[in-house]
Amino acid sequence: MPVRTFIEAIREGLRDEMRRDGRVIILGEDVGRKGGVFYATDGLWAEFGDDRVLDTPLTESMIAGVSIGAAANGLIPVAEIQFADFIFPAMNQLISEAARIRYRSNGTYGCPIVVRAPFGAGVHGALYHSQSVEAFFAHVPGLKVVIPSTPYDAKGLLRTAIRDPDPVIFLEHKKMYRSVRGEVPDGEYTVPFGRAAIPRTGSRLTVVAYGLMLHYALEAAARAAEEGIEAEVIDLRTIRPLDAETILASVRRTGKCLVVHEDNRFGGFGAEVAALVAEEAFDYLDGPVTRLAGPDSPASPNALPLEDAFMLSPAKIAAAIRTLAAY
Amino acid sequence: MMALARAMDERAWVLNRSGRVHFVISGQGHEGAEAGITAALTPGRDWFLPYYRSMAGVMAMGMTPREIFLHQFGKADDPGSGGRQMPSHYGHAGHRIFTSSSPVGTQVLHGAGIALAAKLRGVEEVALVAMGEGSANQGDVHEALNFAGIHRLPLILLVENNGYAISVPAELQTAVRDVAVRAAGYAMPGVVVDGSDVIGCYLAARDAVARALAGGGPTLIEAKVTRLTGHSSDDQQTKYRSAAELAGERARDPLPRFRDELRAAGFLDDSSEAVLDAEVAAAVDDATDFAEAAADPDPSTLLLHVYADPEVPGATPGAGRRPTGPGASSGGSA
Repeated sequence: MPVRTFIEAIREGLRDEMRRDGRVIILGEDVGRKGGVFYATDGLWAEFGDDRVLDTPLTESMIAGVSIGAAANGLIPVAEIQFADFIFPAMNQLISEAARIRYRSNGTYGCPIVVRAPFGAGVHGALYHSQSVEAFFAHVPGLKVVIPSTPYDAKGLLRTAIRDPDPVIFLEHKKMYRSVRGEVPDGEYTVPFGRAAIPRTGSRLTVVAYGLMLHYALEAAARAAEEGIEAEVIDLRTIRPLDAETILASVRRTGKCLVVHEDNRFGGFGAEVAALVAEEAFDYLDGPVTRLAGPDSPASPNALPLEDAFMLSPAKIAAAIRTLAAY
Repeated sequence: MMALARAMDERAWVLNRSGRVHFVISGQGHEGAEAGITAALTPGRDWFLPYYRSMAGVMAMGMTPREIFLHQFGKADDPGSGGRQMPSHYGHAGHRIFTSSSPVGTQVLHGAGIALAAKLRGVEEVALVAMGEGSANQGDVHEALNFAGIHRLPLILLVENNGYAISVPAELQTAVRDVAVRAAGYAMPGVVVDGSDVIGCYLAARDAVARALAGGGPTLIEAKVTRLTGHSSDDQQTKYRSAAELAGERARDPLPRFRDELRAAGFLDDSSEAVLDAEVAAAVDDATDFAEAAADPDPSTLLLHVYADPEVPGATPGAGRRPTGPGASSGGSA
């Protein structure tokens, strides 16, 4: 099976869906000739031309709003927001409009759009090229929020997103673009929403993660295993819909749950997972549901020591695993 | 159409003041611009993105008085939202009237997107977006017109300038007297029309439609209208507009002017006007009775259509997905 980087898998997913369905278009800043600032759309303009790959002005609300209208009139727009940090001008279009089109029209209109955005820190992006934005969107009924962790999932989930009849926020951790590789089949496959993966099984505690933190959690679990602590690691893949059953089944087995995310802790997505476990698996718990999250600073600062202090790491996660296992 | 819209609007106020409809946001004074401009569209082919003063326009595109009042009453058979939206938040997939919201100006981007899809798909369609001048300062409007100008999209933006954004007068909204002058910044024609001049509105829109279909790109039409009522049923405009000003505004009412023009042209006389009045009154009564007696939405439908597939919001593992693919249930090709 061919091995692809994370970003190659995304590019292939886009290309394959555009070849499969002539209604799929791409729009965003620098997505055309340049192929995107990370080159996620590299080569697509050359293959599909001006009518399928549109370079837009620096107007994020326009990118979202025009996608909504184009979707109403028969196209399937895949929008790229250059950095998740720049998605906020589009929030009104995404929350007040895209998320509610189907509901407010009583199902007579839909909004089949995908909004891709690189997120996350650890690449010296500082305050405005590093943010994690998933909690804002996961809160909104009508939106789906996808955060793949492997090249296989990135391609399969992206295909599912493009074929989904509802708006999907597709968040790609930028540090993974070229650092994460994996096997990706050439042929047709999809990965369904709402089904978490369990890349590592264990009996002492459950670690719930997604995105880059999934990889750090796996590294941490491997270190803990050397000390005899067998942690189960769950990769959520999509945070909305959330695979509650997989989380609960695991925690009911292990009795302990650690939720890890890079986004800051207060009001973060980990709180939702923690509440779910507390409400639905209380009788099985053998320790406090624990969140390990980014500190409550407004994203990662620029200076290297500050960035290092901000970022979670396999070592920090391993420490949290040891603490919870010892409880 | 204008007379019908006026009578429906007046009835909506009566229904509100008698406690039968929660809210009214009015189009009185805007009917001439709405009717004149939408008359240049082809219902079924062209798209209309209305705002909350667009009752005349949505009826011109095909909505019936019964449908309008099903919506105003929030009934289950409200064709645009099934009783989910506030009154006058129109939408009707069958007539290509796009669903509308309350944050102002957002719909201009949707109109640009619809027009972009029409252009990319090679179909001859025009998207008409209506909004008030208060919306003209929203960033979305700038972003939409900029994009429409770049791609020469078949888009028409109708700015219904009634001089007030709720209570804020025009001079505190924009530094320019005419919103239409901004069109130059987007490389598109900007036209000012008198909103009480129905024929003038129609002619401006006819030119804009022809330009759009010929690939000539978008047009901004600013219709100077009057707002004969408060902003909404929760507003008292005598608090911020003088009695003299309000009395003067009555002279700008498009209905008497158009009636006089029709009479002068021989299209209307005492007897035909009496027939028309009777038809309008009957239609309003029928719509009121029909909608008031219609079924309310069932509370069990509260969570329907959050997503295309039934789903407990946020927490369903492996929600089933439609095999027919995206857009299958969008309704947008209606």
